[in-house]
Amino acid sequence: MAKPKIATTSLAGCFGCHMSILDIDERILQLVELVDFDKSPINDIKEFTGECLVGIVEGGCANEENVRVLQDFRKHCKILISLGDCAISGGLPAMRNTIPLQECLDEAYLNGPSVHNPSGRIPNDPEIPLLLDRVYPCHEVVKMDYHLPGCPPSADTIWQALVALLTDKPMELPYDLFKYD
Amino acid sequence: MNDTTITFEIDGIEVHGREGQTIMGAADTAGIYIPRLCAFEGLPAFGSCRVCTVKVNGRFQSACTQPVAEGIMVENDTDELLEFRRNIIDMLFVEGNHYCMFCEKSGNCELQALAYRFGITAPKYPYMFPADRNVDASHKDVFIDHNRCILCARCVRASRDLDGKNVFQFVGRGPGKRIAVNSRANLADTDLEVTDKAVEVCPVGAILRKHVGYTVPIGQRTYDHEPIGSDIEANKQ
Amino acid sequence: MSENLERIVTAVCESFGNDRTRMMDIVRELQETQRHISDDAMDLIARQVGTYRVEVESVVSFYTFLSKKQKGNIVIRLCDDIIDRMYGFERLKQTFCDALGIEVGETTADGLITLETTPCIGMCDQAPAIMVNDEIFTELSRDAAIDIIDQLKAGVAPERLLRKLGDGNNSCPLVSAAVSNNIRRRGEVIFAPLECGRSLKKALAMSPNEVIRDVKTARLRGRGGAGFPTGMKWDFTRAATGEKKYVVCNADEGEPGTFKDRVILTERPELLIEGMAIAGYAIGAQEGIIYLRAEYAYLRPFLEDVLQKARNMNMLGSGVMGKQDFDFDIRIQMGAGAYVCGEETALISSCEGLRGDPKNRPPFPAQKGYLNCPTSVNNVETFCCVARIVDQGAGWFSQIGSKGSTGTKLLSIGGDIRRPGVYEVPFGITMREVLDMAGGENAAAVQVGGPSGQLIGPDMYDRIICYDDLATGGALMVFGPERDLLQVVEYFMDFFIEESCGYCTPCRVGNVLLKDRLDKIIHGKGEPSDLVYLEELGTSVKATSRCGLGQTSPNPILSSLKNFHALYLAKVKEDQPFQPTFDIHQALGTAKEIAGRPSMHFAE
Repeated sequence: MAKPKIATTSLAGCFGCHMSILDIDERILQLVELVDFDKSPINDIKEFTGECLVGIVEGGCANEENVRVLQDFRKHCKILISLGDCAISGGLPAMRNTIPLQECLDEAYLNGPSVHNPSGRIPNDPEIPLLLDRVYPCHEVVKMDYHLPGCPPSADTIWQALVALLTDKPMELPYDLFKYD
Repeated sequence: MNDTTITFEIDGIEVHGREGQTIMGAADTAGIYIPRLCAFEGLPAFGSCRVCTVKVNGRFQSACTQPVAEGIMVENDTDELLEFRRNIIDMLFVEGNHYCMFCEKSGNCELQALAYRFGITAPKYPYMFPADRNVDASHKDVFIDHNRCILCARCVRASRDLDGKNVFQFVGRGPGKRIAVNSRANLADTDLEVTDKAVEVCPVGAILRKHVGYTVPIGQRTYDHEPIGSDIEANKQ
Repeated sequence: MSENLERIVTAVCESFGNDRTRMMDIVRELQETQRHISDDAMDLIARQVGTYRVEVESVVSFYTFLSKKQKGNIVIRLCDDIIDRMYGFERLKQTFCDALGIEVGETTADGLITLETTPCIGMCDQAPAIMVNDEIFTELSRDAAIDIIDQLKAGVAPERLLRKLGDGNNSCPLVSAAVSNNIRRRGEVIFAPLECGRSLKKALAMSPNEVIRDVKTARLRGRGGAGFPTGMKWDFTRAATGEKKYVVCNADEGEPGTFKDRVILTERPELLIEGMAIAGYAIGAQEGIIYLRAEYAYLRPFLEDVLQKARNMNMLGSGVMGKQDFDFDIRIQMGAGAYVCGEETALISSCEGLRGDPKNRPPFPAQKGYLNCPTSVNNVETFCCVARIVDQGAGWFSQIGSKGSTGTKLLSIGGDIRRPGVYEVPFGITMREVLDMAGGENAAAVQVGGPSGQLIGPDMYDRIICYDDLATGGALMVFGPERDLLQVVEYFMDFFIEESCGYCTPCRVGNVLLKDRLDKIIHGKGEPSDLVYLEELGTSVKATSRCGLGQTSPNPILSSLKNFHALYLAKVKEDQPFQPTFDIHQALGTAKEIAGRPSMHFAE
């Protein structure tokens, strides 16, 4: 029987949650016994090669590219996990949610105290994905099946959750692993 | 037991209280934890957060305000009440802008600790991301971050009843209700001092002392290992 | 800080004895004369009455008729009630906006006129209605609206605006209101002929306990809606120890769709005063307070006059009607625009010069009410019933109505009916009989008891109006078959959000969440689980809210979910289990505009 497949992605996140995945250290050897990795920055597979059992999503949706990737994950993965506070609540990037988009861009590229931008232009290359009006938690865009809080969730949290999922056990975190920071 | 002892039940367990005591007070003594946010020992009961909602003889009441009475049957740890309480915690999370990941109060925050205790991985309600919550950093030793305020009035009561000052009070109403300070604009223009009780009692990170953030490492903070309420539950005979 | 303002504030505060419990009167008067309560004024008030500035601000910011921001000399308030919306509110609003050249919430450049909207002003039987300062104008046509603006611009004061005076006391000089009573049915309790002073005299010939016994024998229950036995309330208040005791009349008729107290206050104020005096005698109070909603300020001069006449007749004052040791007088406490103040403990807070926050119970007002003294708060109609009970006898009263609900009930009926107005009917009447009476045979739905009540459909018209079946404070809003009931529900939720005091979490946050999810459904983005969400959240808000407002605010949603389930089912997409509110095109709108280019992933 073929091993189930896992995909991962980082949307509007800092890759910290992916670092935490890697922090499972030598247990990654056990993990590859249990699963194959499909689309993921860990193996640099850019597009889905087939259907996955689990999709792990770091980061919320800040731009159209994030939305497209998230929808793609929903399409290809049976179970989707919001990994970390950004996926769950928008996280730090969502601090811009209380500020109009134009003001955010002006501050970032024109008015900010550390900005040096003699051209006075806000980057607008056609390749740059358009920003959303605000940062959206993943579950407000597609249906998410599980949430693993933390900034980042610890390696133990991720490990325990994955093992529970892959062995059909209920995903229950011990108190010590339950953190929002 | 003397004549003034009042006997009643919480979830079928016999509990004793005194005349004038609240259900919460008697439960604490008995080692039964009733979750709470606005209630704080030494401050008059306020009854605003509603996290301590219990059922008394079939009627919903806040345990922090409801006095004990002979023979009452109190429900506390039921699926129905746990669901209602969880909903209130969720409401408070989505109502404000709570960024636990960088909040100085994280690990010592009672709202966060309740969410941990209830095992909330994500709120069931959509985030509101209110844009009208500002930060008042005018005071040299203390700041107010309205993004995190849960309107529990602990600061209002502590300033009035313990500090004898009246630095804080609510303004506005409904979803627009806010904590205001006793000056035209800024905390700096009030007589608040860093040693005031009002500064200490905030359950969340809305009123914090400056210059002392992040001093306790992760792993040693109040709620890192034991759920909120464990101290009360340790009283259980 | 101008010396002039200092002089004015000082004088106003002094006129209320520099008493901070009279804060409502102080700030109301300053609002009226200064058109706002400025930062300077708040500082001055706090200093003058010996409180904190933030306490003054907390009051000013709570009530919608008070403001920190300067308002025009004239404030036009358009009644934005669901019935008014059905009868031309939008069109009227546009007329005012166009004619004044401002939007709602703004003031004309010359500082003359401020335009606002306000929830139900108690004129549902004559919608659309507006207030111009304290003056009321009803059944307002576009032409009449333009005429009012023209007159105001020409310098005519609101109280001198031309108007067609209403019937009964509405046309007496002290009222002079363009308001109609629309009394469609007179029963034997409230609107029967009245001989002034007779019932008070009879009461004073009895002992206080006998009076309470009669009220109990008559099985009178509170007419405001909650239906608490009046005699029992009085017993508790009488038995409680306190230096002073108070009788408070709840004339804060704020439940949208209700207007029967307005008609009592216009046509039977003497009966109310007698009832209050009897209550004072029964519980041992020397002071009564009528808490009058700000929207009924136009009745105040008239009511003050009625009170004065009662004093002249010795129905009020010291040694009432020759009863040596019974002194009793009544003052009017004006509200300032807050629905929650209809809740009795919030009403007491307001009387005490505080924000209209409800109080924790226990202690109940009967033990610790106004200024911590034992207080009985009763509805306008309840006091009137008491006066009749004492006059005609408990047996007479209890034979009217049904067993558990004795006497008559005033119904305020508005909406899609041919004869809107006030009906005095005996309890026990069916909804169908009421609708026949009012000309509403085609009613597709009736909101019973205002937004906090329930929405019922034709299959329930055989239900009975009484405390044990269709309990109501008296409001019936009737909706014809062409009305969109979900929009009605949505309006009611907006109303509760607007009027929540914000004290407790479930009401402050929960109602907003309920409304948002209802909107999602209304906008065709509903999924089946949304109905479960509404049900669970609504149940939760009801169970955990602190006062009657939050404990009933989910009712529009919960009762329509129950009684009009098909309306919701027609809106949710059964085959699409996940329907996000997120809309990619809407979310990208601003960025597309800023970048000046289309989306690369999501074509329109």
